[in-house]
Amino acid sequence: MHAAHFRPLDVESIRKDFPIFATEPPLAFLDNAASTQTPRPVVDAMDAYYDTYRSNIHRGIYRISEEATEQYERAREKVAQLINAPRTRQVIFTRNTTESINLIAYSWGTANIQEGDEIVLTVMEHHSNLVPWQLLAQRTGAVLRFLEITDEGLLDFTQLREVLTEKTKLVAMGHVSNVLGTINPIQSVIEAAHAVGAKVVVDAAQSVPHFHVDVQQLDCDFLAFSGHKMCGPTGIGVLYGKLEFLEEMPPFLGGGSMIRSVERDVSSYAELPAKFEAGTPSIAEAIGLGHAVDYITQANLAAIHVHEQELLKYAHQRLKEIEGITLYGPSAPHQKMGVISFNMEGIHPHDVAGVLDTHGVAIRAGHHCAQPLMKRLDVIATVRASFYLYNTIEDVDRLYDGLCRAQKLMTRRKQ
Amino acid sequence: MNIYQEDLLDHYENPSNYGTLPNPDISHEEDNPLCGDQIRIDLMVEDDKIKEVRFSGHGCTISLAAASMLTEKIKGKSLEEVKQLSKDDILDMVGIPLGPVRLKCALLALKVLKAGAYGIHAWPGEENE
Repeated sequence: MHAAHFRPLDVESIRKDFPIFATEPPLAFLDNAASTQTPRPVVDAMDAYYDTYRSNIHRGIYRISEEATEQYERAREKVAQLINAPRTRQVIFTRNTTESINLIAYSWGTANIQEGDEIVLTVMEHHSNLVPWQLLAQRTGAVLRFLEITDEGLLDFTQLREVLTEKTKLVAMGHVSNVLGTINPIQSVIEAAHAVGAKVVVDAAQSVPHFHVDVQQLDCDFLAFSGHKMCGPTGIGVLYGKLEFLEEMPPFLGGGSMIRSVERDVSSYAELPAKFEAGTPSIAEAIGLGHAVDYITQANLAAIHVHEQELLKYAHQRLKEIEGITLYGPSAPHQKMGVISFNMEGIHPHDVAGVLDTHGVAIRAGHHCAQPLMKRLDVIATVRASFYLYNTIEDVDRLYDGLCRAQKLMTRRKQ
Repeated sequence: MNIYQEDLLDHYENPSNYGTLPNPDISHEEDNPLCGDQIRIDLMVEDDKIKEVRFSGHGCTISLAAASMLTEKIKGKSLEEVKQLSKDDILDMVGIPLGPVRLKCALLALKVLKAGAYGIHAWPGEENE
């Protein structure tokens, strides 16, 4: 979140890049924390691969295969630049954040975590940054410890000193909560973790798409995110790791591409990043992600962040006007991203979502893959609206109108 | 606005057979992991017929209205008849088109009933998959 100079977003022209918004009235798509829409330039780049140079990478001795290899590797460079990775080979392509975190848990975790070691998580983790560590703990006898949150939905930082000890080998934490929108003080957590010799995995699925994340500034050991939450296609994700760890780590999946030479009983493995990219990867999707990086960089991440903050402030204000609404998460917009979770008294979140759908408003209702957090908040589920660069004040107004309609419809005789 | 038509809302707001039975012959509870909806069904069975039924739990309009409708339908029926109830019977009762996610809401009560009464744990309509 650099205080850079930038032009405000030209949302009107941005929206023209997304054919899904061409209907009248346009779809109010407010489920961006789950997955974002794909702009035309990203789809065009993937089409160009399929239409003009479709081939496998890293092996063909013919022109279009070389072209495919070049474009695939160019995408890696773009991602490396986006997060300021020191070396391009520190960017590993995976399927998504979940696969990236599983890769760390299986490869680094199995080699480095022993019985009695402690892995520190927070109660607001997405299941993708929880279940892989549960599995690792079950395999190794390690112990999971959890940082709690305040009633405001902020990380209980005072507890950190208690929980971090010389037993702590790893801290795995979301940069931004997918439910509450809370921006965690990840830099301070990384410093504190490193002070006790622990490594840090950052689940950046909700941060990299929305503001500038610099892995060297953070000094994180690993960082994971998904392409489909940042205008890219599904099926492509990223793992960043410090070079010394990635080089030492054993392979995750075995197969083609990840080997140097193969004997009957043993093999030696390829250099980074190929060591962690067994099999034919998602080539079109990687190329698409590269163009998604171009797209959000050209729009300007700082401008995207400011735009989302404006929408968030406005949404907070409008939603508070509705009687019987409970908002979860920090009340100060600067402590959170463009994610707003809430419930309406006496109406099940699914019903809220159902009525909103009939108004052309797409939001998420459910546990958001964060069941321990739902328990902490003492709710079964919540309704969640989340913003991105193409959302407008009108989208928020339509959300508000739909919520009023839901309230009228569902609580008519109880009033 | 057909998804929230009067009939469903009536069942949701004034459900039939809501509650629990003191000494049920069969009592079973399950939740829908997708959304956390939870339904318990209590049955009293006499001469292989469902003499009394109650349901309780929490959920959305569709899951609770479908549960309410289901209890009305099975009261007095034989266990064999009830066992034949299918996904389509529930869809007929609910009477509105449902997407794959809301379909699970509608089917939760039947799933709980079949798991409790017959030990069938698959989602209705997915028994043979």
